[in-house]
Amino acid sequence: MSDLAARTRSGPGRLLIAVYAVFALAATARSAVQIGTRFDEAPLAYLLSAFAAVVYVVATVCLARGNRTSRLVATVSIVVELVGVLAVGTLSIVDPQAFPDATVWSEFGRGYGFVPLVLPVLGLWWLRSTAGSGRAAP
Amino acid sequence: MIDLLATTLTYVALGAAGWATVLAVVNRPVLPRRWYGLGLLGVLAALELGLLAQTVAGMVAMFNTDRQLDKLSFAGYLIGILVILPIAVAWALAERSRWGPGVVVIGSLAIPVMIVRLNQLWEPHV
Repeated sequence: MSDLAARTRSGPGRLLIAVYAVFALAATARSAVQIGTRFDEAPLAYLLSAFAAVVYVVATVCLARGNRTSRLVATVSIVVELVGVLAVGTLSIVDPQAFPDATVWSEFGRGYGFVPLVLPVLGLWWLRSTAGSGRAAP
Repeated sequence: MIDLLATTLTYVALGAAGWATVLAVVNRPVLPRRWYGLGLLGVLAALELGLLAQTVAGMVAMFNTDRQLDKLSFAGYLIGILVILPIAVAWALAERSRWGPGVVVIGSLAIPVMIVRLNQLWEPHV
């Protein structure tokens, strides 16, 4: 079990978790400022920012813990992240009026070099490639 | 903001990122007992000290200015920039492969980005 955890946070996983941590920090700080100072200006965008922040924090912590349960939670949150970036990305282009202020996921994370779009794909790939559910050793 | 300090910190951070990239490419973990690892950690420690000076100077400047400034964000970046490197180093030291310096690359590159944001907040509409 601890073997699985060590595998999840070693090698490329360590770098992946570091990038997730940066986004968790950035999204949390950003949404705290937005909600704390000017929530009325764009409630939907700011609630989405807060939601994204929670998703990044959960994914970071669960990837770093890396046991079986944590990996399951991480998988769910990363799928939510992927759906979120695709949905918000599309909506922010189709209906820009709904997003008067940018979120991490606006325009597929363009403000962050599209990393928010690539990150969940890498996360799911990494969880899959380290799963090795007792069948064959990777 | 002290432009000279901010510029110096940017270059030192980029230098640390470059060094860490080389270590990752030649497949060397961040080993404190080897010169290349110790040197990197030394540069990062100096960078962190410089960032601390920037935070103090930035806070003092923030309380003594009359200009329009998003003070909460500004203070947030000044404090947030200090937590990046210690966490990145701790996370990198636990890895005995090329992905350790990879973590340092990410942490080091976050510094210039945050310095750019600090300058944008300090000089609005530039």
